Amino acid sequence: MTVLEFDAVTKVYSVRGAGQMKALDDVSFTLRSGQTVGLVGQSGSGKSTIAKILTQLESPTSGEVRLDGEPIPRRGKGLRAYRQQLRMVFQDPFASLNPYHTIRYAIQRPLELDKVVPKDKLDDEVRRLLGRVRLDGDAVIDRRPHELSGGQRQRVAIARALASRPKLLVADEPVSMLDVSIRLGVLNLLADLQREHGLGVLYITHDLATARHFSDEILVLNQGRVVERGPADDVILHPQNPYTQELRAASPDPDTYFAHAAGILGGEK
Amino acid sequence: MSAVAPQLPTPGFDAIEAGTTATGAVKARARIPWRFLGNRALFYLFTLWAAITINFFLPRLMKGDAVTAYLARNRNVTPEAADALRALLGLDTDASLWQQYIDYWAHLLRGDLGISLLHGMRPVTEVVGQSLIWTVALVGFATLIAFAVGTIGGAIVGWRRGSRLDVLIPITTFFSTIPYFWLGLLAISVFSVALGWFPIGKAYGVGVAPEWSWEFIGDVLHHGFLPAATIVIASLGGWMLGMRNMMLTVLDEDYVTVAQAKGMPNDRVLWRYAARNAVLPQIQSFALALGFIVGGTIVMEVVFSYPGVGKLLLDATNAKDYALMQGVFLVITISVLLANLLADVAYAFLDPRTRQTEA
Amino acid sequence: MTDSLLSVHDFSIVYDVDPPVKAVRNVTLELQRGEILGLAGESGCGKTTLAYGVQRLLKPPAVITSGSVVFHDASGEDVDINGLDPEEMRRFRWDKISMVFQGAMNSLNPVATIGSQLEDVFEVHRPNLTRSQRRAEVIELLEIVKVGAQRFRSYPHELSGGMRQRVMIAMALALRPQLMVMDEPTTALDVLVQREILRQISHLRHEFGFSVIFITHDLPLLLEISDRIAIMREGEIVELDTAERVWTDPQDEYTRTLLASFPRLTGERGVVHR
Repeated sequence: MTVLEFDAVTKVYSVRGAGQMKALDDVSFTLRSGQTVGLVGQSGSGKSTIAKILTQLESPTSGEVRLDGEPIPRRGKGLRAYRQQLRMVFQDPFASLNPYHTIRYAIQRPLELDKVVPKDKLDDEVRRLLGRVRLDGDAVIDRRPHELSGGQRQRVAIARALASRPKLLVADEPVSMLDVSIRLGVLNLLADLQREHGLGVLYITHDLATARHFSDEILVLNQGRVVERGPADDVILHPQNPYTQELRAASPDPDTYFAHAAGILGGEK
Repeated sequence: MSAVAPQLPTPGFDAIEAGTTATGAVKARARIPWRFLGNRALFYLFTLWAAITINFFLPRLMKGDAVTAYLARNRNVTPEAADALRALLGLDTDASLWQQYIDYWAHLLRGDLGISLLHGMRPVTEVVGQSLIWTVALVGFATLIAFAVGTIGGAIVGWRRGSRLDVLIPITTFFSTIPYFWLGLLAISVFSVALGWFPIGKAYGVGVAPEWSWEFIGDVLHHGFLPAATIVIASLGGWMLGMRNMMLTVLDEDYVTVAQAKGMPNDRVLWRYAARNAVLPQIQSFALALGFIVGGTIVMEVVFSYPGVGKLLLDATNAKDYALMQGVFLVITISVLLANLLADVAYAFLDPRTRQTEA
Repeated sequence: MTDSLLSVHDFSIVYDVDPPVKAVRNVTLELQRGEILGLAGESGCGKTTLAYGVQRLLKPPAVITSGSVVFHDASGEDVDINGLDPEEMRRFRWDKISMVFQGAMNSLNPVATIGSQLEDVFEVHRPNLTRSQRRAEVIELLEIVKVGAQRFRSYPHELSGGMRQRVMIAMALALRPQLMVMDEPTTALDVLVQREILRQISHLRHEFGFSVIFITHDLPLLLEISDRIAIMREGEIVELDTAERVWTDPQDEYTRTLLASFPRLTGERGVVHR
């Protein structure tokens, strides 16, 4: 069981000419293997900052991040080892893959760098990973990103993230740039992979609907503060905080809309 | 609708803006980005100081001294005269290097760049100044023409991508690849020698004294036509190609499609939407090109015997006339830095987005 | 809402590349006056091509290979859009049919103020207006979309994404067109901003009475705001019905698949297998 603790983290940026900007204000959560935590927030809520802190691109101004009880290392071998454990999948499937490299190279690189398997087993491992994300290895392995669809690219990005056999995955808006009809496929893939590997997943998104279905627990972020947290269905279906209620009211919701139209539900729309 | 209290330090905040991707705080919009320009100016001042310092060390790093070279050419100078010369040039002192440096700056700030051994002991400022006028006038004017024609032409060629106009690009760039001296000599042999339309060289007729009269000006223009024209022909291709390529990039942008969808007439889309954006990098190139004008175009000056800065520098170097060399270097340095600053200013005015990059 | 605004009949568009791509195949539909028609489908289904095509906004290699598009002007006149010459088309544009583009990030000229970009619509299409009249119109538009008159001299990069989108809407509204085509107008925006923009569009539609063709792949969104929805697949319309019937009783298999493919905010769980 791997446990990641994000403990009372505050992050303050100095903006030249405009004083200080609090990106995160006393944010805490725990991520465990086999569990998905959904981080819901709009632009400016601080969700990207959390991702940056987790991947060590930024450090907290105050508070601490601990992996299995130990503060996460800032440099050297410890940092290297940490980065093997926690991988990220990004929002833009096109931007996160180098357009000049083949798919094979994209997935092989982390395998080589982290010495996951011996050299003679590299090709097999790349194919195995591609199979894991339900891509036809032979068809895609020597292609370049622009030859693949958005959904396929995102699967490659996931395969790449899994290459080093991490325990934790940070998925930052992994499906927002994909067509609505493909999103489910990718989310189901992530769910399956989580079950198979016992991954802990941090799912960052602005979309309440996918957060509800994909997460066990949801945190709602508003301008750097956690305004509501709880089991997914509770937070989405019975929000307590006014901001969460507002988010829910604003999200497309055909079920409620048509039920209301049919006169089944009374009250506000 | 919203019970969310604003937290960011942006004034005029409203709930809808809560989800913004606007960078930082938008302060009162200044038309002139003083801070940005101030920073740049400071940087250039520093560069200038460094260049002047290097300039100071230059003759002291070279073998032999200026006076010796002069003496080699003028045998009948007494030792006392030689000493006096050294004193004049500031080369005789036993003063420390630091003291000499200070003196150098003192002279500089008084506008005293020393005297030119090569040009009959006249002050360097005078010698450089004269050449400078010819160079800037001719080369500056020619560069301006090449830029204007090339940019406008490039915009039109880019707009009509795929039309017959495209052929202008290889034609003009072809002329850029011809070695300039050959182009110059060719122009002289055809237009001056064979057709007799233009004089063979120089800035004005031999034996004519410079004066402010229409006659003289006419004479100057007559002499300057070929050199200017050859410069324009040789450099036109670069400007046209650059602008056309930028146009192609810009024409793919969404705002051009939107402009056309709005029913804007073609010339409005071409000039106000496309060209106006495509020209930005060209302006910077142009400002930088202006800086290098001052170095003169030595090849042109040799071919047309034109009394410009390039030839001046060449002669000074050969004669080891350090004062003159230093003077020319200084002028070139200042011009290039000024041109850079000008480019920054122009860009800041033309591209509103740079004004925001205070951070 | 009883009469037709736009009659599209047997309309086809082909991308003349090698091999040729049939982007739109024999599409026929009638757009009613004042209705919001949602055009839904996955990437590449032809919805954008169709919407651009009926306005003749497509660039080569797209070619209109068959069909007609007839615009039934409020004045009673019927206009065959494909029959207009370039100058007539230019005058027709924005005056009768306008467009709100996707990703207003790059849809506005970065070196011109938004005021000037709104003004030039009037300069070109309403040349008889004086300068101050033009200015007044633009100010009114900025107020209508709640961007505010004080933003007249702002540059696009100084506005947030939501505000830029509202400027695009103001621009589309300028000549009080009869049809507004909106191509993914809220895709890049946050859910709160998106809802506000949609409310505004709805309000404007009631006030000014224009029709809307709303293109998006976000079907849940479309279900809430459209009167009718057309589902497109590989260049064809596979279903065209009221939003309610598409939701409760979809006829086509593909529609059913599409409906099943998005996670419900408040409906049943189970779409993601956890």
